[in-house]
Amino acid sequence: METPLTQNVHPVAAPPDRGAYERAGGYQALRKALREMTPESVVEEVKGANLRGRGGAGFPTGLKWSLVPKDAPHPRYVVCNADEMEPGTFKDRVIMEGDPHELVEGVILCGYATGADAAYIFLRGEYKLAAQRVAQAIAEAYEGHYLGRNILGSGYGLDLYLHTSAGRYMCGEETGMLNALEGKRANPRAKPPYPPVVGLFGKPTTINNVETLSNVPHIVNHGAEWFRKLSRSKDGGTKIYGVSGKVKRPGWWELPMGTTVREILEEHAGGMREGLRFRGLLPGGASTDFLTEQHLDVPMDFTEVQKAGSRMGTGTMIVMDDRTCPVGMVWNLTHFFAQESCGWCTPCWSGLAWAERILKAMEEGKGQPGDLERLEFQTKFWAPGQTFCALAPGAAEPLQSALKYFRDDFERHIRDHGCPWADGGAG
Amino acid sequence: MLSEEERREIEAEFPHYPTRQAVCIDAMKIVQKHRGWVSDEALKDISELLGMPLAELDGVATFYNLIFRQPVGRHVIYVCDSVSCWIMHSDRQFRHLRERLGTAPGETTADGRFTLLPIVCLGACDRAPVMMVDDDLHGLLEPGKIDGILEKYR
Ligand SMILES: Cc1cc2nc3c(=O)[nH]c(=O)nc-3n(C[C@H](O)[C@H](O)[C@H](O)COP(=O)(O)O)c2cc1C
Ligand code: SF4
Ligand code: FES
Repeated sequence: METPLTQNVHPVAAPPDRGAYERAGGYQALRKALREMTPESVVEEVKGANLRGRGGAGFPTGLKWSLVPKDAPHPRYVVCNADEMEPGTFKDRVIMEGDPHELVEGVILCGYATGADAAYIFLRGEYKLAAQRVAQAIAEAYEGHYLGRNILGSGYGLDLYLHTSAGRYMCGEETGMLNALEGKRANPRAKPPYPPVVGLFGKPTTINNVETLSNVPHIVNHGAEWFRKLSRSKDGGTKIYGVSGKVKRPGWWELPMGTTVREILEEHAGGMREGLRFRGLLPGGASTDFLTEQHLDVPMDFTEVQKAGSRMGTGTMIVMDDRTCPVGMVWNLTHFFAQESCGWCTPCWSGLAWAERILKAMEEGKGQPGDLERLEFQTKFWAPGQTFCALAPGAAEPLQSALKYFRDDFERHIRDHGCPWADGGAG
Repeated sequence: MLSEEERREIEAEFPHYPTRQAVCIDAMKIVQKHRGWVSDEALKDISELLGMPLAELDGVATFYNLIFRQPVGRHVIYVCDSVSCWIMHSDRQFRHLRERLGTAPGETTADGRFTLLPIVCLGACDRAPVMMVDDDLHGLLEPGKIDGILEKYR
């Protein structure tokens, strides 16, 4: 099985430096693109590869790149979204700590394809080791003439800067990120205009996730068809899947896109720990709907998980066992979203705080008849289109699906005046 | 007043961005690296250096979890309170730290050695439960293991 994305990632050793990366075939894609391909043909190759954005929404990457108008003004920017603050998600860290040059090469290729003059990697502040390693890779790429003016004598130039953030989930939302980079509060922007037309500092900007960009060197090297064939589904490539929770072997694995939930959970994560039963999982981070037993054979890709009523999101699953309380778990998630709400839209900041209070009361034995209906009523106001950004719709997903699949547990909390599990159900 | 060194480090960021305001996060992080936190006075000095209204700068500062607007201990312990760690009993780690240090989350020990803070998912959920002390990540926590880790931070 091919694992192009993580082929150089070693569990403990330091990542390859420039020399080691080059010996493993690194920066060949950039040479090829600069010498043999026009920016348009790079975009076409990425389109043909069916690469979809790995930041959670699955937007087709080639299409996104083609949205920068041909005659768009300069400077143009690339922003790499390395904020990775979605609870349960730990995949971009793997690339940045394990093979930072792969990401740097991907950023440069995106810059060439979209005619960018400068690029930023927007990294969450807590990723200290990733910051060190990415900064080192950028410095080495400058030394190797892969960055700066006139890259490899091609006439194309790009500057790349690492920006380390200071911790706020909203910075991961792409227009919030643009404001954050400009030194403003990370509230989202009204769309349209969209970033490819009016983005960072008002200039055309392409924003992509770390894992998305890290796929690009491989697409340029081996072609769109090869990339599509890595996958077991319509969405091209491999995917870094992850599992956390009470399974035997929590971790991450690069597997063909479209690998089933069951295979990831049972073969790779080793199934549930001794004595525990599987009850459900969030397939791609905190802001995705629960899947349950009946969904285990769903292939993990953007289309199929959506058909099952959820979203693949970041592809890193959070598993709930039969000794973990669904109400406690959803309270924890709702607390996160309420705390991280940027306060721009009332249904989000006020509704999330209200929902959190109801869930807390329920867990503490003070639930009231009608609470479930009140929670359901709230989630309706967080639906897409009701708020400025996707934080509130994301917050609705685990709550609304828990109310559907684990309703008995919620009712029992109200009826029995408390949590039936010792230790609040984190057990 | 900003020290020579702080000013030099902040000015080194200027060429990376087309505006000075865009440097504000870096500037606050640089000051915090040297002094442990960002005081009102430091904030005013940064706002003057960047030509950015003080109120707007404070609005940015308070938006972030990792900019401290009040003093903290010599070491900061960040314990993940997000979902995967919660499933793996982060509550027990909090309880243990609380008893061991005699401080609630958000507080600093009487000897100024540690500040205990909850933090959102640290992106190491496969090693839950997780905490970070200063810049170092520690996973697969258990109360016994925590004591050994704290020994390393004087
Ligand atoms: C509240 C919120 C937080 C987000 N956080 C991240 C993040 O940390 N990393 C990321 O790549 N995308 C994140 N996204 C999605 C981005 O807005 C955007 O869709 C993505 O970066 C686009 O890149 P892609 O097309 O390569 O996936 C977030 C979205 C929202 C609404
Ligand atoms: S949905 Fe929430 S986080 Fe998003 S803009 Fe509105 S208030 Fe801010
Ligand atoms: S939930 Fe604690 S590290 Fe992710």
